[in-house]
Amino acid sequence: MSIPHLPPEIETLTPSWAGETSGLAHLVSTGLDTSHGQILYLQDVCVSFDGFRALNHLSLEIGVGELRCVIGPNGAGKTTMMDVITGKTRPDSGDVFFGETIDLTRHREAQIARMGIGRKFQKPTVFEAMSVADNLALALSGDKGVWASLRYRLSGVQHDRIDELLQITRLAEFSHRLAGLLSHGQKQWLEIGMLLAQDPKLLLLDEPVAGMTDAETEKTAELLCSLKGRHSLMVVEHDMAFVGSIAERVTVLAEGAVLAEGSLAQVQADERVIEVYLGR
Amino acid sequence: MHQPLTLRLMAQLGPALTRVMVVLLLMLALALPLSHVYVAPDSAWYVSAYTLTLLGKIVCFAVLALALDLVWGYTGLLSLGHGLFFALGGYAIGMYLMRGIGREGNYQSALPDFMVFLDWHTLPWFWWGSDSLAWVLLLVVAVPGLLALVFGFLAFRSRIKGVYFSIITQALTYAAMLLFFRNETGFGGNNGFTDFKRIAGYAIAAPETRAVLFVLSVLLLAGSLAGSLWLVNSRFGRILTAVRDAENRLMFCGYDPVRFKLAIWVLSAMLAGLAGALYVPQVGIINPGEMSPANSIEVAIWVALGGRGTLLGPILGAFVVNGAKSWFTVAFPEYWLFFLGFLFIAATLLLPRGLMGLVRRGEDKTS
Repeated sequence: MSIPHLPPEIETLTPSWAGETSGLAHLVSTGLDTSHGQILYLQDVCVSFDGFRALNHLSLEIGVGELRCVIGPNGAGKTTMMDVITGKTRPDSGDVFFGETIDLTRHREAQIARMGIGRKFQKPTVFEAMSVADNLALALSGDKGVWASLRYRLSGVQHDRIDELLQITRLAEFSHRLAGLLSHGQKQWLEIGMLLAQDPKLLLLDEPVAGMTDAETEKTAELLCSLKGRHSLMVVEHDMAFVGSIAERVTVLAEGAVLAEGSLAQVQADERVIEVYLGR
Repeated sequence: MHQPLTLRLMAQLGPALTRVMVVLLLMLALALPLSHVYVAPDSAWYVSAYTLTLLGKIVCFAVLALALDLVWGYTGLLSLGHGLFFALGGYAIGMYLMRGIGREGNYQSALPDFMVFLDWHTLPWFWWGSDSLAWVLLLVVAVPGLLALVFGFLAFRSRIKGVYFSIITQALTYAAMLLFFRNETGFGGNNGFTDFKRIAGYAIAAPETRAVLFVLSVLLLAGSLAGSLWLVNSRFGRILTAVRDAENRLMFCGYDPVRFKLAIWVLSAMLAGLAGALYVPQVGIINPGEMSPANSIEVAIWVALGGRGTLLGPILGAFVVNGAKSWFTVAFPEYWLFFLGFLFIAATLLLPRGLMGLVRRGEDKTS
């Protein structure tokens, strides 16, 4: 049942029954099949709002364990792309696949989140009336139905996981503080911690260092770098210094399509990218 | 921010003191009806039928306020149509009470008087089973519950939120009121149901019956408060406040907000129906006026004045506003609405977190 020729991080993402279901895999929506090394495929995706083409035949792939940065001028379609991936916006045409088999255009936001895609919003969004620890507890993976919520008790393992997340996000000393009282940067971290609590396979981060101090930005860069390999990440960011500190591959979006892709140095040297950023 | 208040309040008072207070309140709740039944009417300790009915009515209103607090205070869904669910519960029990009149009505018919007046010869189909108390008790929760389920499903699935949701609930209760005003609807038109004679075989105006209805109302209030406390402190309750504060975040955490909203919305409607079912036999009348939008808005005022998302606050608000109302409408009947409006403006400006906010003021400074 195990698939010996796959690298280890792929094998952990491949459900144990993946080999048996062969031709029926497209009917099974719970397992993630990344046997071709890609976790996310966008193929020819178009989205229009009242005649405005927010995404114009966008095609993009993210590899397993990759940390991809997406940059682009305002209105390039970065947030719309995240909306399409997370089920918030339905594309007019094109394919959006999570792994080989899961068609994301056919699922709703909460289902997509449970399948393993976490999303951080541009504006930090946490449950302000709850303590930091409660925020993390609510985000933990598990049964998220109404009945389960009535009888819910945190297990010892989950308490340990929360403690671990508090360490990772440097919020251990604030675990009992109301999330609404945290600083802006701490809220950003808490939100990242909540994403991690979901055990996502793919993390989408919309401007994770907006409003952070330099020191906080640096720590965030460390955190994100430590996540790659175990998770796949897509980071949308304007802060070029930050992008430079974390990026392996950078995708430049403009007018709803991919303009350039490569290392940061490569895309920065690209004539078309310079043109888009500096205007004509 | 509001959620653990009640518990913290209890913790502050100390468990012993809390227990003493609960016991005292329950003793008072028992002493009033006992005095109504056993104390001689000329005694200073006698509780009149008027007083007992007034208090029983307010206890039912307090349950309604509690129901609204669950959806508004905790989940952020401001319903301006909760009076509808309350009235539907009242109408359900009213059908039973109308059947209980038997042949003692003006027309000496087995049918309720208004049906004879309309020249109807048989009961409409939806009156089936209305002579059975067990059946109408089922209707008391099932009718508001089902209506809330259908309405809520459509509204929440379409992601109708905020003020739009409030306006639609308002329109819903208004439409229902117009429907119930029609004689052909089969619920007594603008007169509604009244002139009840007996409930479960007992004379409805007997002191003992009043006493039992009062005690049942108090038990409903105590039970729903205990249940709500448990609910809002469970993970389910956390998720409700998450719906209120950051629904998008919740959705991207993998929870389906529609289900949670629907669950609390239906539960709240059923609780309102139960409150209405105890209200009607005590006040002796139900008519479409109970469904008027103004009534539902008043419920929101009780909750806002007492303090949203505190459970105890809305109960307090229901008592304060209705207590003031019963005094005001006797002393200065023409000024009551001005006073109510003033109360609402004052509460909004001076007590944004309601009366319970006063209790909490000290805590905030320390934390």
